Amino acid sequence: MSIDLSQFHQVFFEESFEGLDIMESSLLALDLTEVDAEIINTIFRAAHSIKGGAGTFGFMQVSGFTHVVETLLDEIRAGDRNIEQDHVDLFLQCVDCLRGLMSDLQAGSEPDMTQADDLKAKFEAILAGGEDVAESATGTQAGNQDISDGSTDDAGEKGWKIEFIPCDDVLCTGNEPYRMFRELQELAEDGEGNGLEVIPHLERLPEFSSMHPEMCYISWTIIVRADIELSEIEEIFEWVVDDCDIRYQRLSECDLSTLEIHQAVGSLAEVADIAAVDNADTAKEEINTVPPIAPVISEKIEKALEESAVKIAPKVEKKAVTKAAENTSIRVSIDKIDGLINMVGELVITQSMLGQLGQEFDVSRLQSLQEGLSQLEQNTRELQESVMKIRMLPISFAFSRFPRLVRDLSKQLDKEVELVMIGENTELDKTVMEKIGDPLVHLVRNSLDHGLESVQERTDNGKSRAGTITLNAYHHGGNIVIEVKDDGAGLNKERIRNKAIEKGIIGEDEHLTDSQVYDLIFQAGFSTADVVSDVSGRGVGMDVVRRNIAELNGSIDVSSTDGEGSTFSIRLPLTLAILDGQLVKVGEEVYIFPLVSIVESIQLEKSMLNNITGNQFVMQLRNEYVPIVSLQDIFNIEGEKKDLEGAMLVVVEGDNEKVGIVVDELLGQQQVVIKSLEQNYEKVDSISGATILGDGTVALIVDISGLNNKSSEKKSEDQIQAA
Amino acid sequence: MATILAVDDSASMRQMVTFTLKGAGYDVQEASDGSEALSIAKTRKFDLVLTDVNMPVMDGIELVTELRKLGDYKFVPVLMLTTESAGDKKMAGKQAGATGWIVKPFNPEQLLNTIKKVLG
Repeated sequence: MSIDLSQFHQVFFEESFEGLDIMESSLLALDLTEVDAEIINTIFRAAHSIKGGAGTFGFMQVSGFTHVVETLLDEIRAGDRNIEQDHVDLFLQCVDCLRGLMSDLQAGSEPDMTQADDLKAKFEAILAGGEDVAESATGTQAGNQDISDGSTDDAGEKGWKIEFIPCDDVLCTGNEPYRMFRELQELAEDGEGNGLEVIPHLERLPEFSSMHPEMCYISWTIIVRADIELSEIEEIFEWVVDDCDIRYQRLSECDLSTLEIHQAVGSLAEVADIAAVDNADTAKEEINTVPPIAPVISEKIEKALEESAVKIAPKVEKKAVTKAAENTSIRVSIDKIDGLINMVGELVITQSMLGQLGQEFDVSRLQSLQEGLSQLEQNTRELQESVMKIRMLPISFAFSRFPRLVRDLSKQLDKEVELVMIGENTELDKTVMEKIGDPLVHLVRNSLDHGLESVQERTDNGKSRAGTITLNAYHHGGNIVIEVKDDGAGLNKERIRNKAIEKGIIGEDEHLTDSQVYDLIFQAGFSTADVVSDVSGRGVGMDVVRRNIAELNGSIDVSSTDGEGSTFSIRLPLTLAILDGQLVKVGEEVYIFPLVSIVESIQLEKSMLNNITGNQFVMQLRNEYVPIVSLQDIFNIEGEKKDLEGAMLVVVEGDNEKVGIVVDELLGQQQVVIKSLEQNYEKVDSISGATILGDGTVALIVDISGLNNKSSEKKSEDQIQAA
Repeated sequence: MATILAVDDSASMRQMVTFTLKGAGYDVQEASDGSEALSIAKTRKFDLVLTDVNMPVMDGIELVTELRKLGDYKFVPVLMLTTESAGDKKMAGKQAGATGWIVKPFNPEQLLNTIKKVLG
């Protein structure tokens, strides 16, 4: 039979990645001054499982590599070797390497073994260096053969005489001598021999009264008349060889003729009789549990012969090979599924209630209709929440890479860092999670590299040697806030300012508030590290971070205190599928502004307005000047142009820039389901998507950052025109 | 058909073993560690137990030791899935009362052949 093993590959990959995660976190948790045996055991177990699975499923490269890793771990586990920092580093590299190999295999491509071979060599060097190289146990076959297997003497009968003297408690390990006889019988049949003779020796059988039912008192002489190799016979006795006395002898070398044995011991049938009598006399119920041994040997061998004639060959349907695709699946807890099923149940009840109401409706039942509808609304909302929850994963998925990252980086930078993670169970949409990973890595690297001071600097300033980086996630309103906080020196305003002047981002005399200075670090081409390091500071950094976050409809802020550290706060919507929107009317069209980006709505007064050039107006809002844009102009909406004075203005903020948008009317606020314009139509500037309103009409969702850019373009166009 | 209890903490190995044995007509029940296996074994008698050695909570060797203490499992064959390199584990398993072992990595055919030999 053949079984397609590839059907188990996906599960194997998933569990291997989990195992690697466990290895990594355990390695990181390891305290070398006081090694916890259980942690070592856990690491060993993970490596062991990966090796076993890889071998079984045919990934020999992986199992070969994991073997050396496992061997070293085993020596450490057994106490033959102390674990050292170098070992931990090497094991961590192995975890990375194995991840790479697994990913390649999962993608169906041939893995690159360069790094693995390199690491393997290092492991082998360590293993060879040990005084106590464990001797392979497989090589030490019990020395019970005094016969050379090689010399095949043509003279005499082909076959073997086996003296099999089992230990008393062989039965208590589940090893039934009968099984071995059966296998020998099959072997003899295959070897086209004359079969098998099993001669029991009952000399050691005690008096019945002193007989213990669980003991084996019988030994056997077995004659196999067939041309078979000794190794084949040894294999049959492999499991019992250590508990038994077994001697093999070639029949051709036997001094005792088989006939003599027959005469000396008596026929099998006689033996069976004797044993049967013994059995019959046994009143004890316990003895029933003793597996049959000698009594039924001949009978059973015949039966076994019959059975072996009918070869069992069950066919297994070959399943379609499912290509190991990228991991697009999602693990959902049963609780969430149950919640969902519950909701659907409620919905069905409400639907049938309404259906019944509709069939026999009259005005007197209007109130029940209204109740039913509000019930339906509630059900729908709950169902929506439940479905959304399915996509939600705890942020620990994104956080999990940081212990390792911080460890490696702090070593590289020679800093002492403690990583604190708070709110790891805060849930976030899977897609958002995937996209926020890289920006977070960038922020953490930055904090470690630029934020935290060197050990020397810290001790000089009376701070603890080790700096702390805190990752904190929590829900706030409809958003998730992720903070990356360090207790370093804080942002150096002077340096940022000078750098910005040097790079021509700001003018020399420009006066900036603290927050404006901090904001400079998000400008393209800005890097404050005096020396461009490996870690960060290639100047492609914070601007990309901000852009990535903006793409997720989120925002990033920074706050900083001199000498106490800085905090970067990322604010993200919980999901990309639904948006809290403000509906506004411009002409006959309805647009939607994301609620998060709205700062305030005001009615314009003449005193606030300032005309800069041509059509371009700004508004003084407290201490700021905010440009005013008209959707009517930008989207070329038909309709009579209204006077700005007294107009309704929505002040929105995107990319940290405020802009006032003139609208005709503010409609309600509601949650809208975002439909992609790109997928259904094409990308439109300043529009991030569309949705369908309750009355079936389509409303466009305004992309605030896009609108900002567009309005500044328009501004410059106008200026050119005016000039 | 004979009943088999398959114990392994690795889901992929468990699935492979179960699939192979069920395909051959055996009645298979799974357990993901020794202690789960032990509580299943107490409720039902299996004809054969197939167990991994390295498992969390309760490992294969402890499982054999515990099984042999149960009246029902005194003589039931218990096979351990072990690796070539773990010679000492084989011995520890034997001492605890395991019947024999199947060396990892193994393929479905090897597994079935061994099981067939033991169960007849």
